Amino acid sequence: MTETYYSKEHEWVKVKEGIATIGITDYAAHQLGDITYVELPRTGKSVKQFGELCSIESVKAASDIFAPVSGKVVKVNDALEETPEIVNESPEEAGWIAWIEMADVKELANLLTCLEYDEYLRGLE
Amino acid sequence: MQMIYEKSRPGRRGATLPASDVPPAPLLPDNLLRKEAPYLPEVSELEMVRHFTNLSRRNFSVDTNFYPLGSCTMKYNPKVMENVAGLFADSHPMTALLPGGDACAQGSLELLYELGKLLAEITGMAEVCTLPLAGAHGEMTGIMMIAAYHKALGNRKKYVIVPDSSHGTNPASAAMMGYEIITVPTAPYGDMDMELFKAAMNEEVAAVMMTCPNTLGLFNPHVAEICDIAHESGALVYCDGANLNAILGRVRPGDIGFDVIHLNLHKTFATPHGGGGPGSGPVGVKRALIPFLPTPRIAVRANGTYGLQTDRDLPQSIGRISTFFGNFGVMVRAYAYITLLGRKGLIEVSEQAVLNANYILSRLKSHYDLPYDQTCMHECVFSASRQLKHGVHAIDIAKYLIDRGFHPPTVYFPLIVKEAIMIEPTETESKEALDSFILAMIEAAETAERNPEELRQAPITMPVSRLDETKAAREQNVCFAKW
Amino acid sequence: MSNTSYCPNTPEDIQEMLAVIGVATVEDLFATIPADLRTRSFYLPPGMSEFELSRHIGELAGKNNLNITNFIGGGYYDHLIPAVVDHLAGRAEFYTAYTPYQPECSQGTLQALFEYQTAICRLTGMESANASLYDGATAMAEAAMMALRITGREKVVIDGAANPFYRQVVKTYLANLAVKVVEIPPREGIVDRPLLTSAVDDRTAVVLVQNPNFFGSLDDFRDLAELAHAKGALLAASVYPISLGLVASPGEMGADIVTGDGQSLGNPLSFGGPSFGFIATNKKYIRNLPGRIVGETVDREGRRGFVLTLQAREQHIKRHKATSNICSNQSLCALRGLIFLVSLGRKGFAEMARLNYDKAEYAKSVFAKLPGVTILNPGTTFNEFTLALPKDAGPVVEKLLSKKVAAGVPLGEWYPEMAHCLTVTVTEKRTKAEIDLLAHKMEWQVCK
Repeated sequence: MTETYYSKEHEWVKVKEGIATIGITDYAAHQLGDITYVELPRTGKSVKQFGELCSIESVKAASDIFAPVSGKVVKVNDALEETPEIVNESPEEAGWIAWIEMADVKELANLLTCLEYDEYLRGLE
Repeated sequence: MQMIYEKSRPGRRGATLPASDVPPAPLLPDNLLRKEAPYLPEVSELEMVRHFTNLSRRNFSVDTNFYPLGSCTMKYNPKVMENVAGLFADSHPMTALLPGGDACAQGSLELLYELGKLLAEITGMAEVCTLPLAGAHGEMTGIMMIAAYHKALGNRKKYVIVPDSSHGTNPASAAMMGYEIITVPTAPYGDMDMELFKAAMNEEVAAVMMTCPNTLGLFNPHVAEICDIAHESGALVYCDGANLNAILGRVRPGDIGFDVIHLNLHKTFATPHGGGGPGSGPVGVKRALIPFLPTPRIAVRANGTYGLQTDRDLPQSIGRISTFFGNFGVMVRAYAYITLLGRKGLIEVSEQAVLNANYILSRLKSHYDLPYDQTCMHECVFSASRQLKHGVHAIDIAKYLIDRGFHPPTVYFPLIVKEAIMIEPTETESKEALDSFILAMIEAAETAERNPEELRQAPITMPVSRLDETKAAREQNVCFAKW
Repeated sequence: MSNTSYCPNTPEDIQEMLAVIGVATVEDLFATIPADLRTRSFYLPPGMSEFELSRHIGELAGKNNLNITNFIGGGYYDHLIPAVVDHLAGRAEFYTAYTPYQPECSQGTLQALFEYQTAICRLTGMESANASLYDGATAMAEAAMMALRITGREKVVIDGAANPFYRQVVKTYLANLAVKVVEIPPREGIVDRPLLTSAVDDRTAVVLVQNPNFFGSLDDFRDLAELAHAKGALLAASVYPISLGLVASPGEMGADIVTGDGQSLGNPLSFGGPSFGFIATNKKYIRNLPGRIVGETVDREGRRGFVLTLQAREQHIKRHKATSNICSNQSLCALRGLIFLVSLGRKGFAEMARLNYDKAEYAKSVFAKLPGVTILNPGTTFNEFTLALPKDAGPVVEKLLSKKVAAGVPLGEWYPEMAHCLTVTVTEKRTKAEIDLLAHKMEWQVCK
């Protein structure tokens, strides 16, 4: 079972064999409201941990999504181009955004565990 | 209501054209010829008059409803201004650019020149250029001049500082010119946090952009200090003049220390808003920036006639920002307004605008949360956070007001206030109009407690109820495709 | 003499309000403003009544010479405006409303702008249009910036035969960005194809052309679109709206972005403004369009309605990452454009284009017969054409202007090697008699 990590900017990361699948959390999807567009990152793009990865638009807002880990984008979820609603329906499963080939596994220590993220959310309310 | 395209029937006509008095020319070659005339509607004049007349009746407008949109200054547009603008309708701009042509446009050139002088006096600036076509266009022009100024001095500047309460056009304009934005948070007292501002200021900052009074409707007591600090680091200070209505005749941004200002003629100077434009955004500068003003510029010759200066005469100018001389029709109206009101009238504008806003503030503060509990200027900002406890958002209050016949105030701006409701009544509203509005706002607050669902259903009296904005954004249907 | 500020409150009203607020005078409300920040001077003339104002502005207008017959263009054109345009656009519900932020009480403006967008799409042969920009010049600049965003490249190639004012505005807009602007000098009144071809490479974001160009030449730029696309660049065409009633649409010719100035569509000359700029593109680039866009949707009862859409592109949401800083559009001017197009209708608009074409062709044939005068344009033109005179065109124009006719735009100012050339504009408003008279006067000036 792969462990899921979270960032304070409400991204989640699931790691398997050096590849990090990332997306936004249920909380973030809820905050954004009806998502109208996902500006997917380019495959091949290099990202730094907590640097800008891409952006997501809803009717009233445009939110930057930050890369929870450094590395190179190797795959993006093309389905989101036509059907951005998937992110609202299933943000932590079918609504994944990209696969990042990780540069440094040790970076995961800078993220929150599931329990820590839940506590963080409680603090926000 | 049907679209005009749905009312079209082949063969119907509106206006008639004069018959041709020249022989028909040989047709264009095939590759340049349009195969079919563009599919414009075919309707009779009566049909189109009914269509547009009925369309217009689906609008709220200043002439029909109280329209307290904060930061937009929806004041009354005096009708005499419409009449006088028509006197210049047939004046071709190119005439003034022909050899000897400025002699045919002396009236227009004089008006523009005099308007510039009047606006310079009103803002405390050395010179005002009337070329920008809108406020945001004026902002862009102002930032361009700041960039040109620094370049001429050999300064290497990368950043522009804006408060987090600024209007979106401020950082957008600066970014368009290639600057990186540093955003300074607003302190609890309602303006840019001075400590954080001082920390952010450095030798690489090109400019600080501020709105005066700020977008919360408050006058920043530190504004002169901010100008001094910026100048010490070699930065210039830009004034977003959208809120000038609050300080007309009382404060001049130029006197405080601002180097550049843009004005919104369609706000402060009563030119009609037009459903979203046209506006006009003249830009004022201090002496040091005059060489960089865009072209063409109007100058007075020794013999008292007006002429135009272009790039050849102004080598340091940032160049052209629009085709001709700006939105001249809008400027005739603004000139008329200033001439009509005169010194005393303009001073009275800010007095009454501030009085009206504070009256609303005083009467509503027990019903809505007031994030900054102090005397406001020409607009006041409330928060619907108290109503949020009943599941009612600022947008629901807005929709309720529509059913009561009021155009809603601005909601969700400035971004730093949660559930913001920004009310700007302007000076042209009577106490009765304000009282009706206040009553409706109080009833909205009471209904939020008693029966929040009623607010969430609103509006129910308009031709449409709440619209699915998600569907619009996802489907991007922006053109009537059937023909 | 009474003074107005349009403030209705009487001294009694004011006292009541001050009592509610809890201050003694209106001056107290300004207490937050330190004394040393108060205005140092406010020397404005005293106000006046409506009637004095009308007289004053009338005097100013009287200093303009309006009895001139216009054979000039250069971006603004002397066209007929049907009476309904003033009448309908003059309805207060249209012109005293603002940006339709609250769609339920702004369906008038929103539906009108949607119908306007549709009209622009149909004229230009493109799939999506916005709700208008400031003018044709800034629209061309926005098209360049749009193409730079879409391609991620840094070079812009402009046809030097495009309106010099437009080109200057494009350069002003791009001056502070790391963008290279290459202008291709025209050859004999038309784009220099070999030179343009050599300038377009894989760093080019966009090729900007204008059709008809500043000299009046009409061009089939399909090959230029193909050239641009072959290098991965876009083609943006600035077009003259009246020509679209007769000339093949830029969409047909392969343009990716189309812009232009809508002044010819129902907006008076008014010494250069206001008018509106239009921009249209294909659906795949719609998210990159600057400015306001109106979209169709439904309400809770399933009724059709209209809203501002794709707002996440705009400055009030994206702030420094917005597609443009533009906030207002030119709504009322676009409305006038729509009403104009509807009033003429499909047949009338095509007829108007034809009239413009025929009149200009007639004028061309008459001027071509003048001794020493030749037509510079190598091929087809639309309602503007360029004459090559046997002498400097500037003094000829100046002399004719003193005789109440603006004979054309002398080109020496922007094309130094063309100081003897003159671009003449003929619209449907010019009569055969006026054209013949100009020819007569010009012959006199040129041959003496």
